[in-house]
Amino acid sequence: MKRQGIAEALRDGIAEEMTRDSSVFCIGEDIGVPGGWGGAFTVTLGLSEKFPGRIIDTPIAELGFTGMAVGAAMMGMRPIADMQYGDFLFLASDQLINNAAKMRYMSGGTIKVPMVMRAPIGATGRGSQHAQSMERYFTGVPGLKVVAVSTAYDAKGILKAAVRDDNPVMIFEHKLLYGSKGARAEPGAVDATSDIPDEDYVVPLDRAVVRREGQHVTILGWLLMAHFAAQAAEQLAKEGIEAEVIDVRSLSPIDYATIGASIRKTGRVLIVEEGPKTGGVSAEIAAGIMEHCGESLQAPVVRVASPDVPVPFSPILENAYRPDVARIVTAARNLTKT
Amino acid sequence: MTTTSQSGAAHPAAPSSDRAFLLGLYQRIVLIREFEERVKFLFLEGTMPGTIHQCQGQEATAVGVCAALQAGDYITSTFRGHGHALAKGLSVQELLDELFGATTGCCKGKGGSMHMGNMDKGMVPGIAIVAGGIPLAAGMALAFKLQKKPQVVACFFGDGAVAEGAFHEGVNMAAIWNLPVVLVCENNLYGASTHIGKVMKNPKISDRAASYGFRGETVDGNDVLAVLAAAQRAVEECRAGKGPVLLELLTYRRTGHSRRDACHYQPKDEREAWFARDPITRFAEVLLARPDVMPADLDAIKAKIEAEIQVAVVNAQQAPQPTLANLTEDVFA
Repeated sequence: MKRQGIAEALRDGIAEEMTRDSSVFCIGEDIGVPGGWGGAFTVTLGLSEKFPGRIIDTPIAELGFTGMAVGAAMMGMRPIADMQYGDFLFLASDQLINNAAKMRYMSGGTIKVPMVMRAPIGATGRGSQHAQSMERYFTGVPGLKVVAVSTAYDAKGILKAAVRDDNPVMIFEHKLLYGSKGARAEPGAVDATSDIPDEDYVVPLDRAVVRREGQHVTILGWLLMAHFAAQAAEQLAKEGIEAEVIDVRSLSPIDYATIGASIRKTGRVLIVEEGPKTGGVSAEIAAGIMEHCGESLQAPVVRVASPDVPVPFSPILENAYRPDVARIVTAARNLTKT
Repeated sequence: MTTTSQSGAAHPAAPSSDRAFLLGLYQRIVLIREFEERVKFLFLEGTMPGTIHQCQGQEATAVGVCAALQAGDYITSTFRGHGHALAKGLSVQELLDELFGATTGCCKGKGGSMHMGNMDKGMVPGIAIVAGGIPLAAGMALAFKLQKKPQVVACFFGDGAVAEGAFHEGVNMAAIWNLPVVLVCENNLYGASTHIGKVMKNPKISDRAASYGFRGETVDGNDVLAVLAAAQRAVEECRAGKGPVLLELLTYRRTGHSRRDACHYQPKDEREAWFARDPITRFAEVLLARPDVMPADLDAIKAKIEAEIQVAVVNAQQAPQPTLANLTEDVFA
């Protein structure tokens, strides 16, 4: 057992999978340069020395290296692609959506595309183009599995499950959760460390997890918002409101069994999403809740999300943009009174 | 002695003077032409669903390149892939079944005209996004290199693909890692209806290879033996770790871009000049100049193909259609 942050846990997970299976390799920009960074957020730091020739640094060519990951996966390799910032996924989306996601179906079920795409998201003082919450653009693509990791334990277990899965899996990570200490820690970073077991383990790709139990209101979140929801629940508890906090974690498919069980208990649900409200994952979840357990709701679904604007730079505006603990507390409190 | 196999794929490296081998190439070219003409008829007749992008006039590029490949090699194709599929050894039946949306099609009716493929026969389902197959093929070649396998991938694309960013990204990475991919540009002068003169300052596509640091070559794409020879050189270099190679094959599309295109943008004199260089008639002349090939030999090949296609059409029209349960199958492995 050791205490690790998400970046370290992912690094160990990748190393262990590469040791276990020679078909696993990493591909991306600035991920294996000697003396470099190990990717923009240190996840692959030191791996190029450990696995010569298997940490492949590419030109700045997101569409190209994503397509190469798809092609290599089709030929029996298990690539882990590293998108330096999630926003660059727009450049790669043709290969992800038209090729990776559809190849199995178009081929009549004969082709497998066992690839992983890791991408960091989140508004973090970088303005509009290194900040977007990208998961919404991929959750509606049949053929892709989409997960979001908010703790180090999950990050390692989900990474391993994704590498071993025979389908394209997109793992979204949050820039404020990689680590809250050390030189690469981001201002505003949140502690997402976990006790990591010494033995091998995986976390399923299709399960939400209850982070805190409560009976008055269910709060759903993922990535940074799962942490903020948990913090909000602490404050609400002081007012006598017991919130059940669920880290949705699996964004496609969505685990309505876990979510539904909670809503049947609380009768109230608040969905928290970093990213513009319109067209967000929270909209899909709200609709899914109506279909799966709408009859259990005692009040309408409430959402806390970012306004429909690009991510701003000014810290004052960015903090106003991103849902925070106070907004979650207020929304949950009001919801319990309806 | 190397000949064409039962499934029709020409085996590589046969001496280009070998009669059976040459007649095998001819059979392949004529098969593609007859297949496409029959498919066109079925569309005009209204019995075949979907859309089509046909390759009449371009048969020699597919046949010449695929004849230079070995069984373990792969091709990637485009929305205009019927010829590539037949050249790589997919059967007339599995293609026609696919075009009719039958479960016995090469992709169980889930691919259709633009996504023809069969991995067991070395063909990735057609990538119908222009240039989308180029990074994919480079990735397949990267896998071969990492796995230390001697395989090669031939990546077909058209002149229109050269304007795409995916061309640049995929070709550049194939170049910097010396990947075993033969980049096969079928230059038929038009991207859909737009002439290359409007979209390229330098219309010699093979010149682009030099800017990436590897070899490019422009070849008469309507001369199947010239294509074969160039492809054999390219495949050999790729297998020796000296890839990639860019082959620009000059050819011409005799029919529309897709099913409703009457080709009014192709000038009459241009069409006539290219029709005079038709790959079938030219190769027939080469064959008939030999003392051991008679017109009756070529007629017999064509007659056999016509009969084969006739039977396959009847079978395809009666082939099993998917059930609704098939709709949600094959999304995930």
